[in-house]
Amino acid sequence: MRHGKYRFLAGAMALPLLLYGVFVLWPYVQAFYLAFTDWNGLSSGAKFTGTENFTKLFSDPLFLAALRHNGLMLVAVPLGTIAIALFLSAATQRTKVYRVVYFFPQLLSVAIIAVLWQFIYTPNSGLLNGLLRGIGLGSWAKSWLAEPNFALIAVMVVMVWSAVGFYVVLFTAAMESIPGDIMEAALIDGASPARIFWRITVPLIWDSVQVAFVYLGIAALDGFALVQIMTVGPGGPDGSTEVMGLGLWRNAFTYGKFGYACAMGVTIFFLTLSIAALFLKATKRDQVELA
Amino acid sequence: MKMKHLVLTLWAFVVTTPLLWAFMSSFKTDSEIFDSPWALPSAVRVENWGRAWEQASMGKYLLNTVIIVGGALVLTMLLGALVAYCLARYTFPGNRAIYYTLVAGMLFPVFLALVPLFFVVNQLGMLGTYHGLILVYAAYALPFTVFFLHGFFRSLPSAVAEAAFIDGASHTGVFFRVMLPMARPGMVSVAIFNFVGLWNQYLLPLVLNPDPDGYVLTQGLAALAISQGYKSDWSGLFAGLSIAILPVLVAYLLFQRQIRAGLTAGAVK
Repeated sequence: MRHGKYRFLAGAMALPLLLYGVFVLWPYVQAFYLAFTDWNGLSSGAKFTGTENFTKLFSDPLFLAALRHNGLMLVAVPLGTIAIALFLSAATQRTKVYRVVYFFPQLLSVAIIAVLWQFIYTPNSGLLNGLLRGIGLGSWAKSWLAEPNFALIAVMVVMVWSAVGFYVVLFTAAMESIPGDIMEAALIDGASPARIFWRITVPLIWDSVQVAFVYLGIAALDGFALVQIMTVGPGGPDGSTEVMGLGLWRNAFTYGKFGYACAMGVTIFFLTLSIAALFLKATKRDQVELA
Repeated sequence: MKMKHLVLTLWAFVVTTPLLWAFMSSFKTDSEIFDSPWALPSAVRVENWGRAWEQASMGKYLLNTVIIVGGALVLTMLLGALVAYCLARYTFPGNRAIYYTLVAGMLFPVFLALVPLFFVVNQLGMLGTYHGLILVYAAYALPFTVFFLHGFFRSLPSAVAEAAFIDGASHTGVFFRVMLPMARPGMVSVAIFNFVGLWNQYLLPLVLNPDPDGYVLTQGLAALAISQGYKSDWSGLFAGLSIAILPVLVAYLLFQRQIRAGLTAGAVK
């Protein structure tokens, strides 16, 4: 094209690429190397230890607990969120005001949500136990985050609570693009609302449902901020809310086991990739073409 | 039909009650909070908010957040638009490679980079500084920004730019005067997406911003809540929580359509 093209390109891209290289690319590359060392952050340097970190990792009871908890979240959170969001989307249809309200938690930081829900779960002065006592179910009241059997469920409830609104907006937008005559035809043929929902609505918005599964699946491998702020320890009573990110953070910035923490990071990375690929494949359906 | 509205109202209740409750509790005394969580405050105690703002430093945290997020947002949008534009509208060797390297950043969990990133920032002497966080925030916001704007710049017609070149405009001139204004709708969507993401950042400041005086809002509030077990000022903490939620709520009420569109744009792509 015109002269000065390469000068312009170099000038425009140098700074952003430098920034990306130094703060994003270089740390990612280093993490893969450090995962195979015993680095503890001291100047003495890192000794190459092969796969030792990974063997240790998979016999570390706390990390195995974290894997189990993230695995449980991986099943429960996407299913719970998508079921509620689909149901609410089908029910709201043209009433816009609900969408506006439901979406709001999506805008709040997980840190804020964690603090808010910590108050809700507080044993004596919390909203939840107050509600249970108010409706005569006082015997159900408990200190939700301090009981090993309930702490993780309590955390998952928060994840679902904050995510539903986003997917209601996503699903309703997809539902609005379904041509009205398809619905009319089904109604004339005498299909019940439930049948229309499962046989027409859900298949026609399946792309969005698939996106939801992948996003929520990736989010379920995190959970760090909620657990770190809400549960005692952090990590809950008896490590009952331990998640992988928390283990990484603790090993790195409390114990100074940076090599070991990087091995956790590498594990999280491969799990994230596999989950995304797996969910995409598992939720694959034959495309429904609208003529 | 009735059933439907019942369920819809129920979820609206589930979403709003915790927020309203936190707001209401911020005006109560500690003993009122403890005695009856559902009761209204006997008097509106505005001083709780004053305590949260001053003693609990929420005011300072808010200012830190505004500076860091504002700086990072301007930087991200400028650099992201430049790179996206160059990659979308110019052919040169390495174009594809650069694009895919940048966009690959979206695939990697931040946890993977966390440890080395800490040491990179530390070695540059940027731990706990405004500019350090601004640069890191911008770097991590780049991949999505470039990905989104790349598609946007590609879809713009080239006739206007060609006319400008014929009239003797420089490459820089064409970008700033012609293409950037045409890309405004795309820029607004990504800016909203980035703003929400950066405003709510917790993990990065937790690791890279260790000085309590420099805390951002999310970090300060969480630290306050965690230390609360030792010196309880519950009403102040509820006020702090409300201070953190209120700006987001006001922004949402003003721009709710654009915000929902901006945030879901990423998922539709």
